[in-house]
Amino acid sequence: MSTFFSQTNMLLMSVWSCFFGQDEEDGTEMGEGDEWMQGKTLIKPLDQLDLTEAELKEEFTRILTANNPHAPQNIVRYSFKERSYKPISSVDQLAVHFVLEGNLLHQDSDEARRQRAKQGLPEGRYDFQSTHAAGGEDAGDVEEGGGEERADSVESKAGKKEQKITNQFNFSERASQTLNNPLRERGCQTEPPPRANFSATANQWEIYDVYLEVLQKQEKNKEKAKAVPKKDDDKGKKKMMLVETQSDDITKVAKVAKIIERMVNQNTFDDIAQDFKYFEDASDEYREQEGTLLPLWKFQYDKAKRLSVTALCWNESYKDLFAVGLGSYDFTKQGRGMLVFYSLKNSTFPEYIYPTTSGILCLDIHKHLPYLVAVGFYDGCVAVYNLKEETLQPIYKSTAKSGKHTDPVWQVKWQKDDMDNNHNFFSVSSDGRVVSWTLVKNELVFTDIIKLSLAGAVSEGPEGVQLPIMACGTSFDFHKQIDYLFLVGTEEGKIHKCSKAYSSQFLETYNAHNMAVDAVKWNHFHTKVFISCSSDWTVKIWDHTIKTPMFTFDLNASVGDVAWSPYSSTVFAAVTTDGKVHTFDLSINKYEAICQQPVVAKKKTKLTHIEFNPVYPIIIVGDDRGYVTSLKLSPNLRKKPKEKKGQELPKGPEVEIAKMEKLLSLLREPENSNA
Amino acid sequence: MAEVEETLKRIQTHKGVIGTIVVNAEGIPIRTTLDNSTTVQYAGLLHQLTMKARSTVRDLDPQNDLTFLRIRPKKHEIMVAPDKEYLLIVIQNPSE
Repeated sequence: MSTFFSQTNMLLMSVWSCFFGQDEEDGTEMGEGDEWMQGKTLIKPLDQLDLTEAELKEEFTRILTANNPHAPQNIVRYSFKERSYKPISSVDQLAVHFVLEGNLLHQDSDEARRQRAKQGLPEGRYDFQSTHAAGGEDAGDVEEGGGEERADSVESKAGKKEQKITNQFNFSERASQTLNNPLRERGCQTEPPPRANFSATANQWEIYDVYLEVLQKQEKNKEKAKAVPKKDDDKGKKKMMLVETQSDDITKVAKVAKIIERMVNQNTFDDIAQDFKYFEDASDEYREQEGTLLPLWKFQYDKAKRLSVTALCWNESYKDLFAVGLGSYDFTKQGRGMLVFYSLKNSTFPEYIYPTTSGILCLDIHKHLPYLVAVGFYDGCVAVYNLKEETLQPIYKSTAKSGKHTDPVWQVKWQKDDMDNNHNFFSVSSDGRVVSWTLVKNELVFTDIIKLSLAGAVSEGPEGVQLPIMACGTSFDFHKQIDYLFLVGTEEGKIHKCSKAYSSQFLETYNAHNMAVDAVKWNHFHTKVFISCSSDWTVKIWDHTIKTPMFTFDLNASVGDVAWSPYSSTVFAAVTTDGKVHTFDLSINKYEAICQQPVVAKKKTKLTHIEFNPVYPIIIVGDDRGYVTSLKLSPNLRKKPKEKKGQELPKGPEVEIAKMEKLLSLLREPENSNA
Repeated sequence: MAEVEETLKRIQTHKGVIGTIVVNAEGIPIRTTLDNSTTVQYAGLLHQLTMKARSTVRDLDPQNDLTFLRIRPKKHEIMVAPDKEYLLIVIQNPSE
């Protein structure tokens, strides 16, 4: 290799040394660096020493010697002879580069002999191998050593059995292998047991649910064990369940959908709902005697647009549910009818809809069984509907054979169950019969209670004909306390007081009106008072012991219906065909209405029926367009009698009765006291 | 069957109702009037919330049960009515 560096290499050397640190001192040779350095770009590092041309051209000489560069050159030893330090002339220049300890022993050395003694016994068996080993060990004396070994091994074996002649090819020493038990790997993999992830929560209610299920199962078992035949009389006190259909995918959402619909409606009509619940007209304090009616929801059903509301009835058990009977009062326009149930919670769509073939004229809901509805039709039939049933057909219907009326049925009313615990109701019709219908198992059994004849108790008969001409009953009402007593209003304008016991005679007859008596109602509190209204524009209040009316009110229009309020004995309301609702409170004003308010937008609509809600201070009014409007009574219309301060407000009907009595007593005095 | 369909249709066409979703017991929407992504989002979140609410109500009194749940954010109102197997969600804008 070059011991001289050319000048051109100098620069490269410096570059190279910069890459690798201080390699220049080591004297590494870079002769070949030139060629492969050509691929690299030469970068001059910043800290490179800048040499002048002359210095660059300077030549350096390098000499190769055999001296160990690491060996010290000036070792000094203390010489005791001369008592001074003297340098050693020759220093050892030997540099050891690599040492490896071997593991070969001379066969005659002590160690070898010792090892041979140890291996003395097994040496005989490893004949084959030992000869090889021996051959390997003795590099020089192959045969001799081998011979010795063989001699040894033969001697050691002499004491043992004769050597087997072994097969050179596939001999295997069993004996040696029995020490090691044969290792066999045996694996078995079973199918993993089926696993499922299970997670659950154990809340209080989950535990409760499980207990409930167990309880129900137990009860079912008990019932089966009893094996009592189920009677049909399970109508007692069952709540109305929403109709549940088959297990279709979407039908299970029925109940929930209903709830949601009500909620959506509540949102839309939120202000009405708030008014209904909380609004009290504050201006009533300033109006002494007058009150107002606040319009609330309006109920209408699309398919009932052409029909008029012919009957209204609140449900006693479910205070927000009411029934509307739809038909037509027009003689010429008789068509179909409908029975529709609305709830205050949903004013956009009815809860139950029953279409009928003939127009409905009246209906009544049973007081204790809220799902039984009796209906009277224009064609003279009566029917009973069960709301729990899924069908749209009535469960009972009267036919021509079973004594249906021959004329429209104007009023139906449920009665108390008879002695056989059968439900029964009464109906009155234009054919002059008051009929009692009993629901016996699967059919309606009828009994004529009374026939209204013109030639009744009162001797009349302007024609002088002996034929009993039937009067047409248009309304009736049963006394609240006295069971057998009831009133019937006729088309001729008379009101008959009758008893269920007497079928041919009236107890009393009142010449009430000049035209047909549209409604007659007993007072809820006072047992003697009833009210009647007629198309002759008047409303009259009677005491049934007196033949002349106590009060008469002229309302300037044909009165469609009148109703007593359930909270006060002196408050009643009437509706007229000019679209107004007249509310009276006799304890405040005996001559005039305290509220006369038109409730329908169009003047042509006639109001046909009115009913007070038994609990809430609202009334519903039906008109001849199929609408039902609900109105809230302002506080002035709901006044209760004030007691003197310090005394407790007496509750209950006694107060009302007393109130009425006071009024009546004023009237019963001779006429001069009347203003 | 038809009654329920009718009722749902009425709800959908009611004033102010933006959308309705019917969700089954596992939280999968089976019927909806909104777009897919919104539906899935509503279904998932409200399902969990309803479960939690129901659990709360029943924990307090096991004989009680959740009838419905109303959430009134500023913009719309979300109404959830749970059933044993289903969940009905309606989004309405009440002020309209």
